Amino acid sequence: MAELRYREALRDALLHEMRRDERVVLMGEDIGVFGGAFKVTEGLLEEFGEARVRDTPISENTIVGVGVGAAMTGLRPVVELMTINFSLLAFDQIVNHAAHIHYMFGGQASVPLVVRMPQGAGHQLGPTHSHSLEAMFLHVPGLLVAVPSTPADAKGLLTSAIRDENPVIFIEHESLYAVRGEVPDGEHLVHFGAARVARRGDDVTIVGISRMALTAERAAETLAAEHGVQAEVIDPRTLRPLDLDTILASVARTNRCVVVEEGWPHGGVGANLATLITEQAFDDLDAPVTRVTGADVPMPYSKPLEDIAYPHEGQVVAAALSALGARPAGAATGG
Amino acid sequence: MDRLPDADSRREWLATMTLIRRFEERAGEMYARAKIGGFLHLSIGEEATIVGSARALRDSDYLVSTYRSHGHALVRGTAPERVMAELFGRVDGCSHGRGGSMHMFDLEHRFMGGYGIVGGNLPIAAGIALASDLQGLDEVTLCTFGDGASNQGTFGETLNLAALWRLPVLFMVINNQFGMGTALRRHSAVTDLQRKGESLGVPGMRCDGMDVMDTYSVVCDALSRVREERRPLLVEAVTYRFRGHSMADPEQYRSREEVERWRERDPLGVFARQLIREGVIDEQERERIDQEAIARVDAAVEFADSSPFPAPDSLYDDVYVLDGEVRHAYASDPVEERTGGPPDGGDGATATRPGAAGEDAPAANDEIPQQLTDALAVAEDGHEKAGSSF
Repeated sequence: MAELRYREALRDALLHEMRRDERVVLMGEDIGVFGGAFKVTEGLLEEFGEARVRDTPISENTIVGVGVGAAMTGLRPVVELMTINFSLLAFDQIVNHAAHIHYMFGGQASVPLVVRMPQGAGHQLGPTHSHSLEAMFLHVPGLLVAVPSTPADAKGLLTSAIRDENPVIFIEHESLYAVRGEVPDGEHLVHFGAARVARRGDDVTIVGISRMALTAERAAETLAAEHGVQAEVIDPRTLRPLDLDTILASVARTNRCVVVEEGWPHGGVGANLATLITEQAFDDLDAPVTRVTGADVPMPYSKPLEDIAYPHEGQVVAAALSALGARPAGAATGG
Repeated sequence: MDRLPDADSRREWLATMTLIRRFEERAGEMYARAKIGGFLHLSIGEEATIVGSARALRDSDYLVSTYRSHGHALVRGTAPERVMAELFGRVDGCSHGRGGSMHMFDLEHRFMGGYGIVGGNLPIAAGIALASDLQGLDEVTLCTFGDGASNQGTFGETLNLAALWRLPVLFMVINNQFGMGTALRRHSAVTDLQRKGESLGVPGMRCDGMDVMDTYSVVCDALSRVREERRPLLVEAVTYRFRGHSMADPEQYRSREEVERWRERDPLGVFARQLIREGVIDEQERERIDQEAIARVDAAVEFADSSPFPAPDSLYDDVYVLDGEVRHAYASDPVEERTGGPPDGGDGATATRPGAAGEDAPAANDEIPQQLTDALAVAEDGHEKAGSSF
């Protein structure tokens, strides 16, 4: 075990897999000479050279498409997009091509491609650099979606993603790159479709997505310290495949569930989870599944507005207490 | 021409061009009989472009095509039976009934797809070329697309990146004069398409896409430069499609006279007459080639018609490479209710591979779905403007 930052854990996974498998190649804007916009790929150009660490033009759709074609014919490309908002320029290649090729060609070709990108608010980057769009990718059959919240999971999930035969949308979080945590040395794989129970508790289940898993953990500490409420915190780690069993087993004990996400409420991950839980565990529920989400607005630049446009610990505490019938909800939706 | 192909090769070209022509004609008939659904884009008129360019490839080279790709599958060696079965939506289709007309695929023959999104195939072709390059392989990729695709962002993006990375890919713009119903001069500021790559570091050249020999010659030269110099090139093949963009196209954007003028240069007739003139074949052989093509297409229709539809419980197959994983973690809808079977076909086996079960599926497509009759009404009556596909 070593204490690494989230970005270092990601680099550790890339380094390990590139040494292990020469088919792994990296492509992206400023990942080589510049070292990566968030310094995830720093130093990799020096070790692996320009053939395998490829600086690209600013052409998101084409970069991803080149990854698709290369993946179909023997490489295992890892494409970095500078932010999740830029992935919208590549939606054609991600959805119409990467996600569908295995199916529409009757299983003859597969696309073992990883597309990495950071998301999230908190850095005053305004409406084109700050969103949390995991729900958009979750919507698409054919894609796998990973949302690591800890350095250990960042390394373990990225390693698994690179070895997976399916296209993986690997969503990092801008606010987590500098966060430190214990990370296993050497080879470390985290299985896709296995949730992490971050904290045990019997009173209420809190499911946190991406960075919100950490916000949920802090909220759980407050709930315990100030309200005597023991919350169970679950980080699904991958949204597709989804470890719904772990969530349902928890809800069967707690009978209450709060889903916390940074993305928009309509058609969001929480909306999806709330439906699945209601459909499959209605009799276990003593209260409606509650969502804490980002505000239903483009992300504003101004700091006071941005602050209230994505969820914080206090809202999660309030939502959990509301689910327990202990206190009115207040603002359950960010903002 | 420094690489004049021998008589046998030219005979085979004529046979393949004839096969494509007869196949496409029959596909059109089968569409009118509602054996084929969706859209159907025929390549009648473009046979010389297809055969001339594909025959310049080695077997180990890759071909990447568009939504107008039946001919490309056939020229690479995909059996007509499997192409027709795909059009019929049957389990023995070359994409197992998942793709249809626009999404043909045959990995074995290095035909890397039919793609339904205009311009979507360019980056993929560059990626295939990158994989060849990094793996130290000598193979090149031929990427075809229409004149309309030269206006997509991927055209500029991919040509730039391919030139920058010196990828072994030959881009071929099949200029059939129209992006659907919009004439070249109405959709592209630069109509000299071979020049459209110049500012992106991709030199261009042009071939007469109605002349199979010229197409072959130009593409041969271009491919050897791509292979040896490790750089992309652009070839413009000037051609014409004799049929509408798709079957639902009343063709109000062009005159009958214009079509007739181009038909005088019908690549099939021109090439056949040329071979007769040169003594490579005689009239009887030409007739025999035609009869053989018709017989092959007859067999393809018979095969397609007797191939089963994919079984309902195959609906969820191949969404993911499962690799032993449990499917329910991937799909969140009630798989069993929809397909009438357990999520993994009981034992996880896929029952949809050619030759496997499928007896429960409807035996024949006798009922004409409403959407097809509607589309046919548009196609046959011609009362709709070409401004709409529906």
